[in-house]
Amino acid sequence: MPAAYDDGTAATTRPAAVTARGWGWRHAGRSRPAVHALDLDIRPGERVLLLGPSGAGKSTLLHALAGVLGDVNDDGEAGDSDESGSLRIDGASPRERRGRAGLVQQDPETQVVLSRLGDDVAFGAENLAVPRDAIWARVHEALDDVGLSHLPLDHPTSALSGGQKQRLALAGILAMRPGLILLDEPTANLDPTGVLEVRDAVGRCLDKTGATLVVVEHRVSVWKDLVDRIVVLQPGSATDPAVLLDGPPDRVLAEARDMLIAAGVWVPGFVPATRNRASGGSGDLLLAAEDLAVSRERPGRRRFKTIPPVPVQQDISAQVRAGQALTITGPNGAGKSTFALTLAGLLAPVGGNVSATLDLGQGAGIDPYKWKADQLIARIGTVFQEPEHQFVTGNVLDELMFGPRHLGHGEERVDELLQRLRLTELVDANPYTLSGGEKRRLSVATVLAAHPQVLVLDEPTFGQDANTWAELASFLSELLDAGTAVVSVTHDAEFSTALGGAELRLGTTEAVAP
Amino acid sequence: MRQELTLRGNQALLTRANPLSKFAAVVFMTVVLALSIDWVSASVALFCELLLFPLAGLTLTLLWQRGWPLILAAAVGGWSTSILAPDSGRILLDVGIWSMSEDSLELGLGFMLRGLAIALPAVLLMSCTDPTDLADALAQKARLSHRFVLGTLAAMRLVGLMAEEWQTIGMARRARGVGSRGNPAQRMRATLGQSFGLLVQAIRRASRLAVTMEARGFGGGDRTWARESTYSRLDVWVLAGGALMATAAVAAAVFAGTWSFVGG
Repeated sequence: MPAAYDDGTAATTRPAAVTARGWGWRHAGRSRPAVHALDLDIRPGERVLLLGPSGAGKSTLLHALAGVLGDVNDDGEAGDSDESGSLRIDGASPRERRGRAGLVQQDPETQVVLSRLGDDVAFGAENLAVPRDAIWARVHEALDDVGLSHLPLDHPTSALSGGQKQRLALAGILAMRPGLILLDEPTANLDPTGVLEVRDAVGRCLDKTGATLVVVEHRVSVWKDLVDRIVVLQPGSATDPAVLLDGPPDRVLAEARDMLIAAGVWVPGFVPATRNRASGGSGDLLLAAEDLAVSRERPGRRRFKTIPPVPVQQDISAQVRAGQALTITGPNGAGKSTFALTLAGLLAPVGGNVSATLDLGQGAGIDPYKWKADQLIARIGTVFQEPEHQFVTGNVLDELMFGPRHLGHGEERVDELLQRLRLTELVDANPYTLSGGEKRRLSVATVLAAHPQVLVLDEPTFGQDANTWAELASFLSELLDAGTAVVSVTHDAEFSTALGGAELRLGTTEAVAP
Repeated sequence: MRQELTLRGNQALLTRANPLSKFAAVVFMTVVLALSIDWVSASVALFCELLLFPLAGLTLTLLWQRGWPLILAAAVGGWSTSILAPDSGRILLDVGIWSMSEDSLELGLGFMLRGLAIALPAVLLMSCTDPTDLADALAQKARLSHRFVLGTLAAMRLVGLMAEEWQTIGMARRARGVGSRGNPAQRMRATLGQSFGLLVQAIRRASRLAVTMEARGFGGGDRTWARESTYSRLDVWVLAGGALMATAAVAAAVFAGTWSFVGG
């Protein structure tokens, strides 16, 4: 194993070559292979964007190249996963080439290993047994390359923004001097500013090191100008080859435009068609926020006195009206989600108040935070950013029936929701095993099953493919026409446009650390 | 909300000592204090420990924030000892089956002081020791397996994250109609469900973190350390200080005639 390590003194990175010959992989416990019969050659220094519908095995390939695929656990027990053909980095198995490839994944929180900035960057280099002095030289250089060198080495990693965390992960990889950089939807969880931060940092590093790049991402426009080749994969089958299309970005996008659009890929210059509003809504006032101050913190206590927490945002006033959309926008840290959760009766206001009108309250009182859980869901439904947070049962049907059963009515709506959100085939499936788009559709359906008059959504389009995006926007437009009020927190300007309605822009209340 | 696992801002002298020497001093004090149950040795030790506060960058407010469960436990322990211990000497309080005499009060007081004197060094240690430095020392100096030490360290980072996640899951479930209010049985059920949700998220996060670490070459053979864990002259003082405090406590108790071996 040590033969593959460099000694840390090499001034330049040697770009890696990737070769796949009839390579296939079946995950343990699955009947269908994730990747089947893949033939692919990536020359040293090439920059490849990997596209394809979900289930085409893009992440599986990236994990395999990073040498982290497999279910041989610590006890040396192998599961029943299956590998066929060969996958090589510089002619050797990725597992023997530890350190030649570096991987950045989607969730920024799990890309950070240690508590201090410098230590985290050093972690990979330490594992490759790079000598101490060389490590710190690499750490400084890597932080400089990703644009984080203005922060002290003992800066707490928990205080970084999502975009900064992803750049930190990139720095941690650069310090390993990899010949192959693998990015698995590195910007899916980021706001537009964060997306560009990360994309530009990747571009700078590639220009400098000349490393090979393989990136998986739905949003083609972000990466199109940075890559020199697009490879489109299709789901594994026994007869067709895994690579559907392969070539320079412009050619592939021209040839496969319709196919990519059908597969839900965000092709540049294409906004999926969505349903237009048919009516303007009654505009009856349902819910209002007056001079609201919000925070996620609970009030503190000192000497029997309650100390209110410092609000992340204050003096917010907004009105939610039947059949009208309200979008909440603003930079990261402006308290958008916190405001939405307070409006939805899930967080107590720090100052000011949220009041429901008689039309919405219907005998439950005016303060949504004081409503009982079953009173709340029949009036205000909230869809969280992470669908998994809201799953409470073991299969899709129970999940949808949960609200109506608690309320004692509305079970007849479930069938309609199943059909409308294309979940009928999945009624017996475990919610956790669904794809990202299916989870999103389910989480919206479950909340709507209780028939709320106000629907609050927190970043509903984050990480969604174009198909789910269009379905969601069209469905919400139908809801609006039917008189539901829709409040959404979003960075997605096209989504706000598709829904129409008012926009509430929240600014930062204080300077966030640079 | 999320607790920082770093010591940013704490420039106190003891933060510069090696975590292992501090740990050794704490263990020594604890063992010696556990040998007797008199109030003199405990008070002397407690007094010495309070003197160390500035050296560790600890204040009474911080102590209460971090160590209140221990302080409360010591107080409760002392109270129940003074009530339940066999009475001898003048009776000070007699309410039914509860009674307190001079001797049992003295015993209870000794018990409480001892609890505090034993608990405080641990609080002192944690307040002037960065977990990362402790991990470095454990792996490099104490030769514990680096896989175990670094794995634990990385997992600790997730604990803070889980606290945030708990709040989010609670709200997300209320938005599904699962009430966290109501009678105790309902609350219990809601908490169980929420715990399960948190467990699922914790496992997912942990497995993604494991992939991140493995992809950065963790788990292989030899590794180097970017931060060298070193001993300095300060560590000699730390060890000597620990020994001195323990000796002073024992000597004072023996001199005052209150020293009594546990079980002796």
